[in-house]
Amino acid sequence: MLLIMGFRTGEGMPPPPSSGAPSAEEFMQYQHELGQAGVHVDSGLLQSFEDATQVQVNDAGERLVTNGPFAESREYLGGYQIIDVPDLDAALDWAARCPGAKYGRVEVRPLAEF
Amino acid sequence: MGPAGDPVEAVFREERGRLLALLAARFGDLDLAEEVTAEALLAAVETWPRSGVPREPLAWLATTARRKALDRIRRDATLATKLATLHADADPARQTEPVPEHEHIPDDRLQLMFACCHPALDLDTQTGLTLRYIAGLSTAEIAQAFLVPPATMAQRLTRGKRKIQQSRIPFRVPGRRELEGRLGLVLHVLYLIFTEGYAATGHHDLVRCDLVDEAIRLARILHRLMPGEPRVTGLLALMLLTDARRQARVDDHGFAVSLEDQDRGRWDTSMIDEGARLTTQALRHHPPSSWSVQAAIAALHDEAPSAQETDWHQVRLLYDELFALTPTPVVALNRAIAISWHEGPQAGLDHLEALAGEPGLTRQHHWHAARGHALARLGRHTAAAEAYRRASELAQTPAEIAYLSSRAEENTTPG
Repeated sequence: MLLIMGFRTGEGMPPPPSSGAPSAEEFMQYQHELGQAGVHVDSGLLQSFEDATQVQVNDAGERLVTNGPFAESREYLGGYQIIDVPDLDAALDWAARCPGAKYGRVEVRPLAEF
Repeated sequence: MGPAGDPVEAVFREERGRLLALLAARFGDLDLAEEVTAEALLAAVETWPRSGVPREPLAWLATTARRKALDRIRRDATLATKLATLHADADPARQTEPVPEHEHIPDDRLQLMFACCHPALDLDTQTGLTLRYIAGLSTAEIAQAFLVPPATMAQRLTRGKRKIQQSRIPFRVPGRRELEGRLGLVLHVLYLIFTEGYAATGHHDLVRCDLVDEAIRLARILHRLMPGEPRVTGLLALMLLTDARRQARVDDHGFAVSLEDQDRGRWDTSMIDEGARLTTQALRHHPPSSWSVQAAIAALHDEAPSAQETDWHQVRLLYDELFALTPTPVVALNRAIAISWHEGPQAGLDHLEALAGEPGLTRQHHWHAARGHALARLGRHTAAAEAYRRASELAQTPAEIAYLSSRAEENTTPG
């Protein structure tokens, strides 16, 4: 299961329950709990979207590199957790405990199997 | 639905849902469960006419289906791996021993209900899956009942099933912390099935009316599986007390008959008795759920000899309570109607006019009809005719349109 932490302020979306951003301590604590439970596989926090760079490749194989975020972008990925749990309800329990769920929202998706 | 009177068919209809739930919970794979359920039923069709229906049909079917599932898992390495990652109980070594025919077969339909009504699925999908897998209706029947093309319904069910599989929605009753909200979703789906069918009872649309019976059947199953859950008891009571009036809701000409004018002798007294008993049970828990309060209101109507002799004071107090639980415009409308009966048409009309700014209400016929009724009782017939006419324009079913038009007519020529 992949937990994606995102921040979204689109219209028609409920506002995040708390404003601001989760503290490093909250994330450390959560990370610790995932480790203790033996479900943690991998995780990462991403730098601010302001430091993002976009790349596209056209039909001719040429790169098009642009800086910065899309102006209209209302959501961005703040980080991810990969956890190993048996089912969606277990994943949702962990997602609900993630600090990101308080300040933004957490999307839960299974990893595709090949 | 399905050839009536065929004993094999009757067993299937009742047991299919249980069998499917049992296999889904055991193997954690709805596709596999569906396929081997179908195979087991086919085997029964071939065997039973010759050998007779076994004493424990479900045990026979469960044993047959489980063997077929295990055969498949042995033959199909990919499936075995998939089930292993699902942490399913699919270890062939543990399951080779013959299953005695008198074994206790657990009822896993509760687990399947919670999976079908999981919040990861949208409401239409939850409803479709519940009717397909718990009630055992065919895709074509569900499509007809919800007035969508069969292909659309088939696609919706396939997507829903795939989401259950892919996102690993578990076949499990949620833990105590989640149960409150999750059970609410199941109850909502069952009530939606009920109201879909109930709205159609004036249509002479038999397939859709069957949804009422299906909803009650599903609520009974849920009540049997969760006897101590007052919200389930309240919902079942509400359905029974509402459907008890079915025979009196439409007259011989297909006109809708208002509660006030219904022939109460045609109400089903055994359903009323059962519903009232369940309501009392549900109300023992505090605070009461909105289902129990609605059931209590329905019980007051059902036990009154006439509209005039209804305990409108009690009804009004219950609507106050319901409004505190669920402050929706529709509840406010019903409360205004109760006030109109209890305190008089002018008080009712005042409360109705206060709701004139609710577009959700004024776009539907109920609010206009209630206004017409209060105005007529006040002797303001021209305004009443106007309100009834507006209501008839907004009504959806032929029975309601006919009723409201005749009311408009009556008030146009008073006397």
